[in-house]
Amino acid sequence: MKDFIIPDGVHGPKLSDMGTPEKSGPPVTLVIDGMDVSVPEGTSVMRAAAEAGITVPKLCATDMLDAYGSCRLCVVEIEGMRGTPASCTTPVREGMVVKTQTDQLTRLRRGVMELYISDHPLDCLTCAANGDCELQDMAGAVGLRDVRYAPGENHVETRAAEGANPLYIPRDDSNPYFFYDPSKCIVCMRCVRACEEVQGTFALTVDGRGFDARISTGTEDFLNSDCVSCGACVQACPTATLQEKTVDEIGVPEHSVVTTCAYCGVGCSFEAQMRGDQLVRMVPWKEGKANRGHSCVKGRFAWGYANHGDRILNPMIRDSITDAWREVSWEEALEFAANGIKRAQAKHGKDSVGVITSSRCTNEETFLVQKLARAVMGTNNTDTCARVCHSPTGYGLKQTFGTSAGTQDFDSVEQVDCAVVIGANPTDGHPVFGSRLRKRLRQGAKLIVVDPRRIDLLETPHMGEGHHLPLRPGTNVAVLTAMAHVIVTEGLFDEAFIRERCDWDEWSDYAEFAADPAHSPEAVEELTGVPAEALRQAARTYAAAPNGAIYYGLGVTEHSQGSTTVIAIANLAMMTGNIGRPGVGVNPLRGQNNVQGSCDMGSFPHELPGYRHVSDDTARHGFEVEWGVTLDPEPGLRIPNMLDAAVAGDFKAIYIQGEDILQSDPDTHHVAAGLAAMECVIVHDLFLNETARYAHVFLPGSTFLEKDGTFTNAERRINPVRKVMAPKAGLADWEATQALANALGAGWSYTHPSEIMDEIARTTPAFAGVTYDLIDQMGSVQWPCNDAHPQGSPVMHEDGFVRGAGRFIRTAYVATEERTGPRFPLLLTTGRILSQYNVGAQTRRTENSVWHAEDRLEIHPHDAETRGIRDGDWVRLASRAGETSLRATITDRVSPGVVYTTFHHPDTQANVVTTDNSDWATNCPEYKVTAVQVGLSNGPSDWQELYTAQTKLTRRVEAAE
Amino acid sequence: MKPEKLAGMANQIAQFFESQPGDQSHAVADHINANWAPTMRDTFLAAADKLDLHPLVKAALPEIRAPQRG
Repeated sequence: MKDFIIPDGVHGPKLSDMGTPEKSGPPVTLVIDGMDVSVPEGTSVMRAAAEAGITVPKLCATDMLDAYGSCRLCVVEIEGMRGTPASCTTPVREGMVVKTQTDQLTRLRRGVMELYISDHPLDCLTCAANGDCELQDMAGAVGLRDVRYAPGENHVETRAAEGANPLYIPRDDSNPYFFYDPSKCIVCMRCVRACEEVQGTFALTVDGRGFDARISTGTEDFLNSDCVSCGACVQACPTATLQEKTVDEIGVPEHSVVTTCAYCGVGCSFEAQMRGDQLVRMVPWKEGKANRGHSCVKGRFAWGYANHGDRILNPMIRDSITDAWREVSWEEALEFAANGIKRAQAKHGKDSVGVITSSRCTNEETFLVQKLARAVMGTNNTDTCARVCHSPTGYGLKQTFGTSAGTQDFDSVEQVDCAVVIGANPTDGHPVFGSRLRKRLRQGAKLIVVDPRRIDLLETPHMGEGHHLPLRPGTNVAVLTAMAHVIVTEGLFDEAFIRERCDWDEWSDYAEFAADPAHSPEAVEELTGVPAEALRQAARTYAAAPNGAIYYGLGVTEHSQGSTTVIAIANLAMMTGNIGRPGVGVNPLRGQNNVQGSCDMGSFPHELPGYRHVSDDTARHGFEVEWGVTLDPEPGLRIPNMLDAAVAGDFKAIYIQGEDILQSDPDTHHVAAGLAAMECVIVHDLFLNETARYAHVFLPGSTFLEKDGTFTNAERRINPVRKVMAPKAGLADWEATQALANALGAGWSYTHPSEIMDEIARTTPAFAGVTYDLIDQMGSVQWPCNDAHPQGSPVMHEDGFVRGAGRFIRTAYVATEERTGPRFPLLLTTGRILSQYNVGAQTRRTENSVWHAEDRLEIHPHDAETRGIRDGDWVRLASRAGETSLRATITDRVSPGVVYTTFHHPDTQANVVTTDNSDWATNCPEYKVTAVQVGLSNGPSDWQELYTAQTKLTRRVEAAE
Repeated sequence: MKPEKLAGMANQIAQFFESQPGDQSHAVADHINANWAPTMRDTFLAAADKLDLHPLVKAALPEIRAPQRG
């Protein structure tokens, strides 16, 4: 990391680079420049000096990377050691006496710097890194005053004595977010090491030796290389060789605010580095406990949507969805919306309206939206997009463990010996966690991937075993129950753990169930497509690992047996004793930034905040007292139920905050019919999203840069979101919701989101200890946070399960109703890609589209050949629900019989094809299994053309008078 | 809401509980009472005798609560 420290850091301590990574071990005491220093064994002399407040000059060292010892600037003198060892690669020893500044060292360092500068341009005043350059700082630190070398061979000048300079390589601007300028490179290898050690992609290397050494992607440029644009190299670069283009354009930032990324459920901490109220760059924060200073292309670079011209900045209304939008004042829009809700309730009853909370908005905003439904509208018709992703996690983990939450923090991955990754693609969906996992795999941890597709994690270099169980979509339960069968019948379970922590009778029942020969790997091989021996090996590996951890994603939940699969995962963790300590656990990888939080905040129609059922009198009473209303003890409608009720004519008005159900929810035709049947659809979003084509009121939203609040990531970590600029549309989302509630007569008077958090803490036991002051002080806190856990809870179920005894539940396989047959012989499964996020509303409005401009259909060469499909051909993808067209990519990453696509682009509309089948317990849609047929086509389908025409019609905006 | 769709959902719930120990029809009714909005239960109960139901759902019918509210 560049050790440029912006003054006036608003939150958190000012950080300096300690040079080499932190170590743990018994203390070792040494003397540096006459001062006694005590540091853990294994610490470098450089870091020990830094701990004592002594800065040793350095260029190739940074505390994000292992020491490398190439620049020779950090040399020191150590009594009893010959020569001048590099302080970064020399570990401390008891009683060592170190000098960091002597005449000899000064001479040596100046000599080193002189050599560096002799092949570096002297354009400091006009350089993008001016004021943020370690080379510049070090030239000053060592007192370099003179470069004695005469001009000669160099990598700096475009021209040499005779014609062009053959050593000069022009700047590579191919990456949209940063450039690579080889003329400024000092070959410190920090970028190469960051790509290996931090990101794990190995996209960079060094070509040549000595004076000829050049950093290289091994390809023509960065864009066409393996580079995933995570930004780790840019952050590591001490000069302007790898530099953000925004810094080049705007200049260096002048203040910074620590905040939380608004993309995936990893919840990375970033410094928003600002110039006034203009964002210059987002830099991953080293103290961030989820990301530990790393980032991905989305959080690091893809924030340009916040300033995109498509942002709607004025409220708009219209009487009919075929009318043009009319820009109006907030007051008029809110009155229009409130009247729509009141009219519907007067005519069709109080349960004819509802809300959808957002998993992208803050906890405080989500809490207010569900409060609006329950306390102001008087209905429990509230739901959230978690319905369509992790609702089975809620059900499954609550039944088995007693609470719906991942059991670990992300740091836990550093102690994992065997990682089981089920239905998740961390290197694309949760990239920073993916990098942390890969780091552990390179240290020798074993990997088991249960996925129909050969995900990138399997291709990554690692030292331990790697197992891939390429199952047929829809057979998760059969595979996991077969793993349980192996563990039970081969006696690999942890009896002591089960006796101590779980209900023995329920275990005995489950063991008997799992031991049934019908559940053996051999018996289910034909059904699942997983070779029995491979499955047995995987089960043995997981059971034998000292620390086995399961990480899973939507490939587990988005099935008709999603909840059963979550239960099967919990069973496996309990029977092997892999719960309640670092390095183990059950870890749902949440899709959106605040899926965990939106579930915690009572977004579900049957649960009040803190996962307490609405029929729970005590819980309800607490809120009735706080809110001064009577609450309905009956569960409300879930999103699919709301749509069904709308089609049936019983559901008339909806307030949707930050979710695009028309694009993200399955069976687009059905969603459209439901929305079209409503009389008042209020969409609160940044953009005129797909759902807004059916809206009557549009309330402009605010980005995460424009408001205060908190997001809760997949490890239950409540992370601060801090306002760095005023809301562009005038109101932060929580203020807009409050204004809507007040237009309905609520009389709310929150003046800051911290007051909403205080209300959450007063009413919700797991959040009882959470305050903004605590979050400021600790940086973040993991719930439960209360009197029993005042500093929060990194690991759950440490001394016993939340529900008491862990509960084993039988997991019988039930085939989905979605079957292949002669008309629809292939199985479609869906997923996401690194550069795009969910429905793409944000990322499509950034340069990320250079990596993924369209959704493509992955199809196995065998299936492609029998259909005459070549790579890049337009194909028609049809299911029982609908059809669409997109282009094909031929690959053996998918098995024969399986096709795969992403759902980031509205013109593809993959969800036209998905069906309305859903999880038995929670109605979570079965996105991951659709029987389809694929054939050649001429281009977009009739539906796609009609849809594009409708887009134009429904997005007209009249100017305000 | 279409009663046939509700019947499908109820049958799926029954398919899970039919492999569980204990009082299976009670578990089915419990799950429906805890998760289905009153209007869904209403619609479902009104049409139940005409629907194609899993035996466990049929057995659970007496325990599925009609909406309590006035």
